[in-house]
Formats: sequence, structure tokens, C-alpha cells
Amino acid sequence: MADSVMASDLVKKSFRVNKFPHIWCPGCGHGILMRAVAQAIENKGFDPDKVCIVSGIGCSSRAAGYMNFNTLHTTHGRAIAFATGIKLARPELHVIVITGDGDAAAIGGNHFIHAARRNIGITTIVFNNSIYGMTGGQYSPLTPMYDLATTSPYGNIEQTFDLPRLADAAGATYVARFTSYHVREGIKLIEKALDNKGFSMVEGISQCPTYYGRKNKKGTTVQIMQWMRDSAVDIKKAREMTSEELSGKFVIGEFKNRPALEYCHGYQKIIDRIKDEKRKR
Amino acid sequence: MRLMMGNEACVEGAIAAGMRFFAGYPITPSTEVAEKASERLPEVGGKFIQMEDEIAGMAACIGGSIAGQKSMTATSGPGFSLKMENIGYAAMAEIPCVIINVMRSGPSTGLPTSPSQADVMQARWGTHGDHPTIALAPSSVREAYDVTIRAFNLAEKYRMPVMVLMDEIIGHLREGVDLPEKPEVEILDRKNPDCDPADFRAYEVPEGDIVPLMPGFGDGYRYNITGLIHDDTGFPTNSNIVAGKLCERLMKKIEDNADDIAQYEITDAENCDVLVLTYGGTARTVTAARKAAPDSGFRMGMFRCVTIWPFPEEALRACVRDNNIKHVIVAELNYGQIALEAERILKNDAKVWHIGKIDGDILYPNEILNKISEVIKHG
Repeated sequence: MADSVMASDLVKKSFRVNKFPHIWCPGCGHGILMRAVAQAIENKGFDPDKVCIVSGIGCSSRAAGYMNFNTLHTTHGRAIAFATGIKLARPELHVIVITGDGDAAAIGGNHFIHAARRNIGITTIVFNNSIYGMTGGQYSPLTPMYDLATTSPYGNIEQTFDLPRLADAAGATYVARFTSYHVREGIKLIEKALDNKGFSMVEGISQCPTYYGRKNKKGTTVQIMQWMRDSAVDIKKAREMTSEELSGKFVIGEFKNRPALEYCHGYQKIIDRIKDEKRKR
Repeated sequence: MRLMMGNEACVEGAIAAGMRFFAGYPITPSTEVAEKASERLPEVGGKFIQMEDEIAGMAACIGGSIAGQKSMTATSGPGFSLKMENIGYAAMAEIPCVIINVMRSGPSTGLPTSPSQADVMQARWGTHGDHPTIALAPSSVREAYDVTIRAFNLAEKYRMPVMVLMDEIIGHLREGVDLPEKPEVEILDRKNPDCDPADFRAYEVPEGDIVPLMPGFGDGYRYNITGLIHDDTGFPTNSNIVAGKLCERLMKKIEDNADDIAQYEITDAENCDVLVLTYGGTARTVTAARKAAPDSGFRMGMFRCVTIWPFPEEALRACVRDNNIKHVIVAELNYGQIALEAERILKNDAKVWHIGKIDGDILYPNEILNKISEVIKHG
């Protein structure tokens, strides 16, 4: 299916091409991730009128405006909370949140874990570039320890969140991770996330050559993507490896796929039960 | 006749107005609004959700409206502060929704179970930036029902957040009320476009309309909503010209229709010695004082605002001028918030005095009467 649509056709159909060029820096990975999301939606064959893209604030969240669906660019950190309102008010819609590492894991962390706990039918794609890019390179909850940022000039001493483990522990029923290098795998993971009726979280690791990369001497975009290729280990392989072997690596792939009752379905059952009781009375 | 509290009447009003979505967070003294909504909404096929915090309650409420449902949230004190950013979002993106704020004593955590009317200026200016505001204040349980219906109508008509500023007095007051089978006023709904989606300009105001047309997400019009300055198509721009035009349109839609939004009640203003300006629960104290005034040897008029914002300034000025009133006392449970507004409006017409409390107690009728005596004596 993926190959049946030429790139240019997908771009013409799924994007508001009159809004291009986008605002992202040369070499940024967000465009790759955004296209992966669009390709997955296309592969699922969803009616674009029934697709909502909800985003917060930051580099990642500008994606919504470029995508040719119902698009909502909200306040910082709150995309999942807005999306919760849309999904519950109109459960037939495919509600997809595009958010960033700061947006989802710092200011929006509470909404992230609670949407996961409710298992509400929202597909959340976190564009993780390890930095606050829009404000010029401050450390986020996903900036690796000891790395540099404009607000950690002596090195970041905070631990990072492991987003898939956080989402899993909070109750998300589909959890995955990919990188802008592993885009073909990523499209398949997003498709499966869209298949899941409940809350899905897919972390997409993206490169920020302008701030994170430059501050930490990670090299060019190509070099960062080579690092992604060489350091990412698929979860199936990782399960066979020792922690020593995994040192300096990170895990990608499907972490969890365990469907459970979706929140809006649960709510509809209550409505139906009340109706039924009323009728019997 | 049913015995119910203001908080419950407000939910009945909302449902009568077509509210089918509620998102909120428990907080004293507004919690009964959420409790009642959680019980009533599924009965009418609507949805209730208790969110993880106040901010999320406001966000989900806006989301529900974007999906096409009339939506509401409720809060008090600290929760109202937390909702401010997203209230500004709804004002900017022109999303109809209703916020019930049952005012309690502050600042900060304050006296959570005690009444106050100290959020009136926060309602006006709490969210950052210049923005329009509509806020209404009921004075009885029945009026909580009526005002909530009106709040939904105004939210839909002007496409913006509308606040119902109840106070703990009215929120927790239990009265016997007769609620009509069907609303006694026309229920207004947002206008949907019927044009070809390709021709739809999400933020263009059609000829003869006050606000742009608003389809729900999923209705076939794939448009963009943002809190950034946006042009008629709904997409962000840095143009100062577009920014000025948009911000002015948002302010003007309320300014130009202030008469439509204004609602107030004038009692015994003719030949009065003093006019007392009041609103919400405090109007009940003032009414008791007004009835007792002749026994104290003076005539007292009352101007009760139901609409707080936009402030019914033309009506107040006309009332004072037409009746040649020289003294206006503003009675409110705060340090003088609406008194400042009255001073501004009446600076050439009357002397403005203030009586208020910030200790969590209500005003009592004899305190109003004493204040009037003082004003007559020294004024």
C-alpha cells in the first residue's frame, strides 16, 4: 500500500502545500516524521474529513497547520487535553496528537499520563528532538544527562524520562518508538498505533542539528542519522542482549500492543445502560 | 416546585440550552455543578468527564465545542486562575463555551467555603492580552437557571467563552423553584456553513453576520484553528495589519453589541436619595435593605447588574442622570472592583462610594443602611 502512492501525490493530498515552505530548520527531522504520520493515515485509508490533528506549542506542533485534515494548534502542553474533549464529544473521529518532548513530557506530562490511564482513543506521536527548539535550545525532560543546552551550560544533571516505559506504566495500550532514520518501520508502527482503539503513544526520535546537535557537537544531520542507525536496537533483539551490550544504545520498535476497553466505548455503555433502565421503567 | 441549589439549577439551565459536554475538576464551592452534570448528561445522551486538573477541564471543554457540542466547565477560586490561559485561547480562536465560576474567598486558597465577589476583574482581565469578555451574575436559584441558558445563547451568538459569575451565596443557596418544561427563551445555535468546503474561509465574517460560521470538526470542512494571530483563512501570520484587524474585530463584536448583552434591573430609582449598585448574592442583602429603607427615613434605589461584562455603562449613566442621583454606593464582596468601574462611568454625574467585605462574610442589610446614613450625613 505504501508504495502505491507516489510521494508527490501523498504530499499534494495530505498537506496544505500552499503553506510551504515549512518553518523547520534545514536538516530538522520533523518533516520526515510528519510525512510518516501522513503516510500511515493514507495507508489506513481514513476519510480525511474524519481525521483530526491536534498539537500543542513548539517546533513539533507546527506540523498540524501543514496537514490537510481538521487541525487544531492549541496551548503549550495541552494538546492531549483538547483532544480528549474532541474524542469524547465525537468518538467516530480519528484523533491524532502531534506533540514534542517538552510539550508532552514537561508542561503536558499530567495530560499524557492521564490520557494513557483512561485509555481514550487518541494516537499520540511525540516528535522528540531532545531540546526546546522553538525557544532556542533549552533542556527538556528528554535531553540526555550531562548534555548541554542554553539552560544547562554546565551539563544537564536531570534524569530523562523513558517515554515508552512511562506510557506503558500509565496504562497506554499501544507503545512504540522509532527514529527519523527508521522511517519505514515508523510508518508501520504508526499504522498499528492507529489500529489500536485505545490510547497509543509512538515516540519518534528526531534530529535537531541547529540547537541540540550543535551544542553537543553531534555533527551534521547525516552524522546524527548515522548515529541513529548505529545506536538503535530493535526491541526483539534488545531482549536477548545484556545491559552491558545495550550500553550506549537505545531501543526502538513495538514495546506494547495490548488492547483494552477504550474510554469512549466505556462511556457509551453507561449511556446505553441508562437508556435501557429508563425504558424498562 | 423543586428544592434545589444554585449549582444544580445552573446544570438544568445548561441542559435546557443544549449543553451535551462537560469537562471539569472538583473544587469547592462549585463541585455540585460537576456532580449534577455527571448524573444528568448521560441521561440525555451527553458526555461528562472529570479531567486530571483545572487546565485540562478548560481544554477538554473547548475541544468538545470544536467537535460540535455545546460545552461547559465549572470552577472556583484557584481553579479559575488555572483556566485563564485556555479561556484566552477560546476568546482568540472564537470557540463558544460556558465557564461557571462559583466565587469563593481569596486570595490564593483563601476561605474555600466562604463567599466572595472578588473575581469580577479577573473575569475581565485574567487572561493575558486584550480580549473581549462576557460575564453574567445571577441573584437567585431560578436566575442561575435562566442566566446559564443566556450564557449559552451569548456564547453561540458571539462565538466566545461566556462566564457565569455565581458566588458561593447563590451556588449553595437552596430555594424552591419552578423550572419550565421547555426553556422560555429561544435557544440559539452557532451557524454552520453550507458552502463548498473548497470555498470555506474559516475566520471570514459573512455579510450580515457578527462572527464567522463554525462547522464542527468532522463536518467536512477541514480547517485550522490556532491561538496565534491568524488571517481570515485561520492560518498564522505575523502581519501587523492582520493582527490589528483581528484583535479589533474581537473587541468590537462585543462593544458594538453591548446593548444586546446588557441585562440589569432598576428598582425605586425615582426620587431616591441614594442608588445602590450591586449584583449576584449581595443583591439579596441590598433588596432587604431597600425594603427597610423607608423605616430609616430615606429612599433607596437599586441598580442590579445581571450582565457584569461588558458593563452596562449606558444604562447606569442614564439611570443616574434621568433621576438626578447624586450618590451611588457600590455594594460587593470585594475591595472595590466594580466601584472603580462605576467611578469611571459616573465621574461627571455622581459621587461613588463603596461598601464591601473581604473577610469571607456576607454583607448584612443594616450595614447597607448604616452606609447610606453615613453618605447622606457626610456626602
